[in-house]
This record gives sequence, structure tokens and C-alpha cells, in this order.
Amino acid sequence: MSASTPSVESVQAPDPVLDALEAEAIHVFREAAGAFRRPVMLYSIGKDSSVLLHLAVKAFAPSKVPFPVLHIDTTWKFREMIAFRDRVAAELGLDLRVHTNPDGVAEGVTPFTHGTHEYTRIMKTVALRQALDAGAYDAAFGGARRDEERSRAKERVFSLREPGHRWEPRKQRPEFWRTANTQLSEGQTMRVFPMSNWTELDVWRYVKQEQIEVVPLYFAKPRPVVDRDGQLIMIDDDRYPLRDGETPEMRNVRFRTLGCYPLTAAVESTADTMDDLLAEMLVDRRSERSGRLIDGEGGGSMESKKTEGYF
Amino acid sequence: MTTTTDFSTDDAALVALAEHPIVRVVACGSVDDGKSTLIGRLLAETDSVPDDILDYARNTRRSGSTIPQGEIDYSMLTDGLEAEHEQGITIDVAYRHLYLPSGRRAIIADAPGHEQYTRNMSVAASTADIAILLVDAARGIRAQTHRHLTVCALMGVRTVIVAINKMDAVDFSHVAFEGFAGDIRSAAARFDLDDVVVIPVSALTGDNVIERSERMSWFHGPTVLEALTAWRPSQIEDHAAAPFRLPVQYVVRADDFRGYAGTVVSGTVRPGDKVVVNARGATTTVDRVLIDGVDVESARADQAVVLTLQTETDLTRGDLVVAPGEGLAEEHFPRPATAFAVDLVWTGEEELRHGRSYLLLAGSLAVPAVVTAIRNRRDVVSGEEMAARTLKMNDIGLVEIATDTAVPLDPYSLNRDTGGFLLVERVSRDTVAAGLVRHALRRAHNVTPHAFSVDRTARATLKNQRPKVLWLTGLPGAGKSTIADALERTLHGLGMHTYVLDGDGVRTGLNKDLGFTPEDRAENVRRVAETAKLMLDAGLIVVVSLVSPFRGDRRAAKALFDEGDFIEAWVDTPADVVVARDPKGLYAKAKAGTLPNMTGVGQGYEPPENADVVLDGDGEVETSVDQLLRALDVSR
Ligand SMILES: Nc1nc2c(ncn2[C@@H]2O[C@H](COP(=O)(O)OP(=O)(O)O)[C@@H](O)[C@H]2O)c(=O)[nH]1
Repeated sequence: MSASTPSVESVQAPDPVLDALEAEAIHVFREAAGAFRRPVMLYSIGKDSSVLLHLAVKAFAPSKVPFPVLHIDTTWKFREMIAFRDRVAAELGLDLRVHTNPDGVAEGVTPFTHGTHEYTRIMKTVALRQALDAGAYDAAFGGARRDEERSRAKERVFSLREPGHRWEPRKQRPEFWRTANTQLSEGQTMRVFPMSNWTELDVWRYVKQEQIEVVPLYFAKPRPVVDRDGQLIMIDDDRYPLRDGETPEMRNVRFRTLGCYPLTAAVESTADTMDDLLAEMLVDRRSERSGRLIDGEGGGSMESKKTEGYF
Repeated sequence: MTTTTDFSTDDAALVALAEHPIVRVVACGSVDDGKSTLIGRLLAETDSVPDDILDYARNTRRSGSTIPQGEIDYSMLTDGLEAEHEQGITIDVAYRHLYLPSGRRAIIADAPGHEQYTRNMSVAASTADIAILLVDAARGIRAQTHRHLTVCALMGVRTVIVAINKMDAVDFSHVAFEGFAGDIRSAAARFDLDDVVVIPVSALTGDNVIERSERMSWFHGPTVLEALTAWRPSQIEDHAAAPFRLPVQYVVRADDFRGYAGTVVSGTVRPGDKVVVNARGATTTVDRVLIDGVDVESARADQAVVLTLQTETDLTRGDLVVAPGEGLAEEHFPRPATAFAVDLVWTGEEELRHGRSYLLLAGSLAVPAVVTAIRNRRDVVSGEEMAARTLKMNDIGLVEIATDTAVPLDPYSLNRDTGGFLLVERVSRDTVAAGLVRHALRRAHNVTPHAFSVDRTARATLKNQRPKVLWLTGLPGAGKSTIADALERTLHGLGMHTYVLDGDGVRTGLNKDLGFTPEDRAENVRRVAETAKLMLDAGLIVVVSLVSPFRGDRRAAKALFDEGDFIEAWVDTPADVVVARDPKGLYAKAKAGTLPNMTGVGQGYEPPENADVVLDGDGEVETSVDQLLRALDVSR
């Protein structure tokens, strides 16, 4: 095999590929902000959201980001994520809106009581639909990328949702050139993915190039974890039901992707700087979703979730 | 055909990387030609796929696959939707990344092989610099090969890498290859391509994909990867050298700042450059060029910028900033026009309707447009032009369109972004066609309405009346139609020439393509106002009975008329009376939620602030008629 993947050394600013991807993302941001009446940006606090936010700031400089930022809080996010979210929002003067599904809270829905799938549906999918409806948003930006998962390879940059946020493969519009059909009929909304053409490696290289701050959980550090069926789960608070004989032990771990702590597996690592992290990524070439427990059900499961309205 | 591809790797490669860091590729071929296998191999051998996906391709098999478990089935790497698994074919365009050894990125648009998917193929080709076209050596060149060449050439792809695949199945025969290569070259000669590279490969065994094949040492050309890596833009594709174009996407406002945000789609721009907005009117000067809020000395094609202009010019989204025409060839200056000859790729489920109003979208520009003539349909296999009365999904044809207002569009051959457009169906909002401008037919400055000798005064004198437009606005059920009817009866009885333009009436004919969204309501009002204007010109007293809920729309309607020709009358009926009347059962439906845009329920009604006449819709009809007669200066 030829070693053609960009090496760590080749990560130097400005990288022409990153510049081109950045320009394309900014184009998409501006197009949507100009075309839709009430756009909103979905912010999940992870690295992709951090990059997305950085791009949004660039797209509209010197004015402020002209739309609100929405976080769906499942109540099971890592504590460090929430602290990071609030600090970034304050620093950038963002119009941050946080929504939690009140019905889910009232019913006491957790990953343990209702199972991963049902929990995700209620606390993420339904919660997102509630927030989008309540805000009467006609467009929502997200940080999804085509390389995340096989079924995403055909996702549109402008992804149409039918009434009820349903994603219908047959209704997706052909995307010619840079011209997007942003016209909506009654009840339709749009999901907009400015980073469609980025890869995970691009995200990290861009984080480095632009010195974008990300949640420290991405970098290795001793953290309290248990080994649950081969997955390293960090015990972020005392709500996690430990099994008999299970005691958290300190291990040097980091996360490739961030979400709800009981559903996000850590990897053992010593990468505590950006360069180490990039170096590790080039060696361990697994797709990042392998750390997300909810997607472990195979290639098509993401697609069925999307049909239900999951992002 | 000239060969512009240079296969050496040197400093030129670095320059190419800086200027064109991303190269876009469309991959096409018939089902089973080996496209998935070829792409999969390219991805895997450039380390462009994660390990767990590779494992999947080692362990998962489609039924009928003969590749042993544990070996990589390259065709499984590019698998996608569940539906596709079931059908075993690709049904949509998928985009994948290839890390080229030069540091460049290739984005491969994987277009479906099935022949009815011309539409997806054209999407994939619309942004492509290069096409990889597969030919199965065992089956030879077929109709599909011609179809793909036609679509790629039409969509502006100028470099084609033809992979004659499955050479292992023909014993790597040099003679067989030369036969195919000759056929392909003569097929390609029909089109305006810069470069056609024909390569004998075996996607299955890897020969000439990444590394040179020892079994085909008679071939001295590049491998597929080498050909991709060596690509340089031809002069026509070199957007940096072309005249400047910037479609305005968004107006950025901050304290003391008003800038125009957009992506440079061709040429370069510097502070101090002269520019013309919409290729019309006076020249103005670029003041500042900003990227990321920071001033830069210049910006080139594909960069996302913000411009400020020296003179106070009010640009809006959809405007096009261009280099002035002086010193440029006529076709390099997009003088606004209202009619164009265009190629259409029909993508809609419903066929093209001659004379129907669609929405034309080009970049951020949106304008109503009508197809006025269908000149021909093209047979994509033979290239033959045939007479046609309509276009159906996956058809390609040459048509004439007319736009409502003059718009600056370039020839597609000059620029894909400013010469390509979408047609959108007004009710479903689906994209029904992609259009490629050949040339403008009628420049706006050539059309001045002919001055006819019999004019409005002459017509009105003959009818012995003063033509006027009386515009009745109010909630559904307010009593507009009842009042209009009573008024017309009275006028008619007095020997006057009248016409009632009724909201429901026009929606079954003139405006039946329109829905009830605010945009469509605006268009509804606009058309009715224009029609009323023609009738006024014909000498009639026109009574318009239309909900027309939005102030802005009514203001726009009034603006079409001279002072005194237009009377706005508000039929003011209390909401509870209207809901109780509900003559068409509309309020009941709206309350039940089946009529989302119902005025007064789902959408607001904006009452006139300075109506010329206010009528009590809950009072006597004859009182209202009297009020209106007075406004018309007519006595009983
Ligand atoms: N003999 C031979 N078979 C090939 C070659 N490339 C692909 N195939 C086979 O042709 C069939 C179709 O390949 P696939 O890549 O799925 O074709 P697609 O439909 O064009 O994507 C599979 O059985 C492949 O193994 C080749 O170079 N030589």
C-alpha cells in the first residue's frame, strides 16, 4: 500500500485542501442564512460542532453569527461538555438555546431503564423534533460528514425533511453545481451540512491549523473507567449503575467522539497533545463511529434512525 | 484533441495543489462493468478507508460473489443505502474521498450505472473536473458508454479517463485494447473534450490501477491513479484567468459596515477594481476585500469573501458583481436578458409543461421563468436531435425560456456557476430540471414596448367611461364577492363596461399552479394586478375581489398604477362574523388543521392602514355599493 495519507509533518498552515473545504462550508452557511427565514445551528459540543461554530463565525464576520445555536441536552452528557458549552457561548456572545425532552425527564427515561435505542429516540430524536417545532425553525445546520458512515456517503448538503421531520430518500433533491434548491413547500424543513465533504482527519487538522479549542475529553488523561463488556466507560457521576464487583479504575484514556457518557466508549491512549493525537489517528485507522454504542448495529441502522428524524 | 496532461511530478504539481487542492471526479459505467471494484481499490490502496470498513469488505459478501471470504471484496467498500443492498444496484450519487499522493484530494462522485438515471449522472458530472468511464473489455463499447460520454461532455467535464476494465478476461490482449481505444477515441471526437486518456486495467487484479501492470508492459501510458494525479485544469477551466464574477449570497451588516458576501466563481478581485452590478448601469469600485473579517490584497475563484464597494450601492442577495465589459469579448459580459436558449436535463417526475411558470434558481438568484418553445430532444446515445413536444425524466433537450425580469446569465461553457440554473416547480418545490445556458436570445435593452396608435384614452372614450381598478381586500368570507357582484350588476345596468377578477376564479385558471405560502400569495397578487392593468388599458372598470392579506403585496400592486387609477377598498368584517358565516367551510377545515395557511387562522391578515374606502362587511350590501359608486365618480 502506498503511504499517501497526509502525514503529521504535512499539517502546516495554510493547507490548501483545508482552505478549499473551509470556503465551501462558508458558502453553504451563507446560502442557507440568506435563503431561510429561521435557521438554527445544532450544537452538540463535540469537535465537529466546534469546527462548525468556527466556520459560522468566519462566514459572517465582521457581523455576529446571525442565528441561534441549539443544544439538545439528554441530561447524560459529560459534565465537562456542559461547562465547555456554557463558556464558549458566553465568550462568543451566542444566542444559546438548550432543550431537554420534559416528557422523557418526567418518565425517568435513562439508557439503563429504557434501553439504548428507546432512550436515544426519546431524549435525542424526539427532543430534537420538539425543539425544532417550538422554534419554528425552517433550517437546521449540522456538522455531519459523509465519511462518518457508509450510508452517509449519499447524504445531500441540503437534506430535505418532510412534515414531521421525516427523511425520505426519494424526495431528496439533485444537487447541481453550487446552486441549492432552498425552496420549501408547506411543512418541509431543511437540514444543512456545511462540512459534508470533510473527513475526520480534516477536522482534526483544521482544529490544529486554526487552534480551535475543543473539550479536553478528546485528549488522554487518567480517568475513572470500568470495562463493560469490552467497552471502556468513564464513570462521570454516581448515576451509573455499577455491577457487582465493578469498581472504576484510573486509566489513561481519551474519546474519539463525544456524546452521552454511558454510551460513549473511551480508547486507551497516551495522546495528550494535538500532534500525538494526529499521530495516533494515522496508526489506528478505525472509523470514529466504532466508539459510539448506539450505532453498533450495522451499516444500515443510521439510515433507519434518519428516516425517523434523528439528525 | 490535444493532450494537456503532464505525468511528471515536479514543482508544477505544487502549484497545481495550491490552486486546485480538490479535484472532482465522476465515475461512470454500466452495471457490472466493475466500477465499485475500481473505486474500492483506489480507496483502499491510497489508505483512504478506515480499517473497520476494510474488515467489513473482507467478511461481508453479496449473494453470488465468488471472492473468497477473508479477501477484500473491493466492491463492498462503496456500499450505501439499505435499499441498494436489496436491489443490488447503486441508486443515488455517493461521494467519497481519495487522498492522492500529491497531497491533493479527489472527491469521487459515484454515479449509478442504470440507464434511467441520467439525472443522477448529470448531477455527479455537474461539478466534475474528470470523468472515469469504465468499459468492460469482455462486452465492449455499448450504448451506455455513449450515453455517459454525452452527459459528461454536456455537463462540462473536459477530461475523460477511459478505463478498459477486465483486461484479465481477454488475456491482457494488446490488440483487443487498441480496438477499444480506437472506438472510444472516435466516439469522443464528437465532443469538445480536452483530454481523453485510455488505460487498460483490471480492477479485480489491480493491474494499471495504482501500479503499472507487468502483464501489459506494451502499455506505456499512466495508471488510473497517475492520470488522476496528473490532472491540470485546461485553459477553459482555469477560473482564475476568467473574468470576475461574484454572486451575492448575503449582506453582512455590522456597525458602520455593509459588505456583500459570496464566493468568487471566476476571476480574481482586488481593492480598487472596477465592477458592474448585474452587468447593468454604472461602474463602481471595490473598496475592500475581506476573508474571515480580515482585509486581503486579492481573492481568486472558489474563495468565500466579503466585498465592500466605494459608492453607496444597495445590493441584495441574488445580485451578480462582474468585471466591466470593456476590453472583453461580448460573450464575456453577461448583459441581462429575458430570453435564453438552454439545454435542459429534465429531473422531475412530472413532465415539462410548455408555458407553465417555474422558478428559475441560479446561485442565489430566483426569478419566475416560462419554457416558451421546445426545439428538440437529444438522443443521448446517437447524439441525434429529434422533434419533441415535452421532456420527461432523464430526457435532455434544447428549449427556449423567458424570465419575468432581465437576468445576467453567462453561457454555461464559460462558467458552470453563472450559466447553470435549476427549474423548480412552484407547488411541490421540487427541482424539475437543470438548465445550461447556450446563449441569450433577447437582450433586455432591445425590448421596448411598441407604441400602438389606439391607446387607452381612445378605448375609454369609445366606452364613454373612466377606467379604474377597484381592489377589494378582506378576510375570506368577508363579503368581497357579494359586494363585487352587486356593484358589477349596478354598473352594467348603467351601461358601463366592467369585469370582476375573482380570487377563486383566477386560482382555477391563470394561477392554478400557485399555492398559499406567502411567496405564492405574492405571485398570485402580482399576476392579478398585472391582468387588471391590461384590462384597465383595454378601457374597463375592473373590480378585483381578492383576500390579498399582505400589505406589502397590495402596495406592490398599487405601485403598478397611476395615481387615481387604483382604489383600495377594505371589506372590514369582524372575525367572529366571518367564522360564523364560513360559506366554503374553510374555517372549519383550518381549525381541524387540514388547511394550514388559512388567512385569519394559520396566517395573519394585515388590514390596510390607509384604505381609500372602508366598507362594513356586516352591514347592508347596497350601502357598500353606494360608497363604491361614489369612489368611482359614477351616479345611479
Ligand atoms: N474478471 C474481472 N472481473 C471484474 C473486474 N472488475 C470487476 N469485476 C467483477 O465484475 C462484477 C461487477 O463488479 P462491480 O464492481 O460490482 O461493478 P459495478 O456494478 O460497475 O459497480 C463483480 O463480480 C466483480 O468481481 C476485473 O477487472 N476483471
